[in-house]
Amino acid sequence: MSQVAEKPTVFAAALEHRPQGGPRWLDDLRSRGAAKFAALGIPTVRDEDWRFTNVSPLAAIDFAPAGPISGAAERLHGFAYTDAPLRLVIVNGRFDTTLSRAKGLPAGVVAGSLAVALKDHADVVQRYFGQLADFTNRSFDALNTAFVQDGAFIHLAEGAVLERPIHVIYVTGADGSKVMAHPRTLIVAGANAQATVIESYIGASGETYFTNAVSEVFVGENAAVDHYKVQRESLDAYHVASLHAHTSRSARFSSHSFALGGKLVRNDALAILDGEGGDCTLNGLYLADRDRLIDNHTTIDHAKPHCGSHEVYKGILGGASRAIFNGKIIVRQDAQKTDAKQTNRALLLTDGATINTKPQLEIFADDVKCTHGAAIGQLDDEAIFYLRARGMTYAEARDMLIHAFAGQVLDGVRVEPLREALEGELFEQLAKDLAEVDAARK
Amino acid sequence: MSMLDVKNLQVTAEGKDILKGLDLHVNAGEVHAIMGPNGSGKSTLARALSGHPLYQVTGGEVLFEGRDLLAMDPDERAREGVFMAFQYPVEIAGVNNANFLKAALNAKRKHFGQPELDAMEFITLVREKSKLLEIDDTMLKRAVNEGFSGGEKKRNEIFHMALLEPKLAILDETDSGLDIDALKLVANGVNAMRSPQRAFLVVTHYQRLLTYIVPDFVHVLSGGRIVKSGGKELALELEAKGYSWIDAA
Repeated sequence: MSQVAEKPTVFAAALEHRPQGGPRWLDDLRSRGAAKFAALGIPTVRDEDWRFTNVSPLAAIDFAPAGPISGAAERLHGFAYTDAPLRLVIVNGRFDTTLSRAKGLPAGVVAGSLAVALKDHADVVQRYFGQLADFTNRSFDALNTAFVQDGAFIHLAEGAVLERPIHVIYVTGADGSKVMAHPRTLIVAGANAQATVIESYIGASGETYFTNAVSEVFVGENAAVDHYKVQRESLDAYHVASLHAHTSRSARFSSHSFALGGKLVRNDALAILDGEGGDCTLNGLYLADRDRLIDNHTTIDHAKPHCGSHEVYKGILGGASRAIFNGKIIVRQDAQKTDAKQTNRALLLTDGATINTKPQLEIFADDVKCTHGAAIGQLDDEAIFYLRARGMTYAEARDMLIHAFAGQVLDGVRVEPLREALEGELFEQLAKDLAEVDAARK
Repeated sequence: MSMLDVKNLQVTAEGKDILKGLDLHVNAGEVHAIMGPNGSGKSTLARALSGHPLYQVTGGEVLFEGRDLLAMDPDERAREGVFMAFQYPVEIAGVNNANFLKAALNAKRKHFGQPELDAMEFITLVREKSKLLEIDDTMLKRAVNEGFSGGEKKRNEIFHMALLEPKLAILDETDSGLDIDALKLVANGVNAMRSPQRAFLVVTHYQRLLTYIVPDFVHVLSGGRIVKSGGKELALELEAKGYSWIDAA
């Protein structure tokens, strides 16, 4: 068949030398991932889920699996909240014991290397690992699975409460060569447990590399997990990631995704509300400029009755950047009394910036409340004039409105030092973008 | 002392000639009412004076304290002391009313080389000015005009004016849509600010407001020009006879 012949044998050499070892089930899983990826190949724009995001440039680069690099400690500098008291640092896919610190965890809490957990907590890992990150139709999840070696493992036993946030920091670096890393995170919160986890993805500016991350989060009965993702890759990096969350009865999950870096970025966030009375928040804020592309695909699957979901995604686009937002909400036949709300807004700072946005509601129950709204546009001229008529300069007025726009997502960050650092990074980057916009106006 | 000198002002908006040679002279300490039927150009005058980008001045000149007002950006006009209370105050989502006012106040202070107000000084000032207009804490904490009732929005405009202490205040149909209680509050706020150093341009369709803010002069605008000027009694005459007799005259 010609279809088979068309499929590029991307990363074939790397796949042949993929990691091995560990428990048998894992080796099998890797093999299935590799086979699936070989069969699926890299998605093309003919694939509905990738219509606006052409990942062929990524496939054209022969990324090699990332090896150890020097100066990992320095690579943390200048990134939001990397000085967190509790942090797990994973460098090029390998857990760094020297840089990580997870002392004084309360009883019932495990936080550390996934590779170590495969030995020390084999039963928990085997029970949950890969259960959400189904790669039947997801080639990047398959690719990640083929390369599973290490990553972060966070487990909270029933009733364990972790008051301090854990910061998982994924560093990808290459010292000039083109590498790829496949970070893997597994978070399991038992019944009545509570945790705050931040995942950061960082890299040195100017480096070209590929991060392909998969995270799975299980929120047990009446448990609560607040998840933050801070994507601050090099502006020349490729970043593809999927976050899978599963909530049990009366569980609460929140995700706050900040995408500030990367040249080509694809974030999938998929949540299954699989127990009655569950609640899920998916929020996101992204900033793109130059010729960068940021694609957010979210899916909230209301599988059980009486669940609520709240989703706010906001983007600020400058230069000739592009963004895609696709927000799918599924309400299963059984999921009566669902209350789902989705808002998606984008601010275009230049005429060259574009966004494709699509809400997708698939509702099979009849007694539900589902709302969605999208607003794309420039800053409101009347609002700018109102502020100017009170004495603020054009630039001051514009900055105030942009801060307000972003503030609605930033305010949801409940880890104070993270919010402050994010605010700083975001507005520093925005100031550069706006200076360019001003220069172009003149 | 001359505050505002408008000479032969011509303004277009959306391709239509609206003001067709308007003359107006306002001295410090005076209150001028601008009245006229719908479409006569009242609001256009207010917006052109404040520098709204959709209103283009095609002829004439405007001097503010002897300086060319039209050469100034809208924000410079504001900092120099021209204030407009909007007919339709704009909702600014995500910007807290108090923070907004602090920024506005400090923009003006910076312009005159004064130090910025610190939090304590600002709060003291806000407390003092908010009483008269019955602005409560929730209105200060909410986003600017967001979810405000019509009356609250107009009170908020006058509250902004009280804080910013302009030299020339332009009220663009501040009375429209107000019930009598809100109207009295707004009028009290304005009257409290009347001073020999300050001038007001009160744009209104109805005489009612002028019972509470008593003007020194009343001008009738029709067809883009001032067709009749007089004292406060002119407003009563307009109220009694309507606007049709002006056009006929």
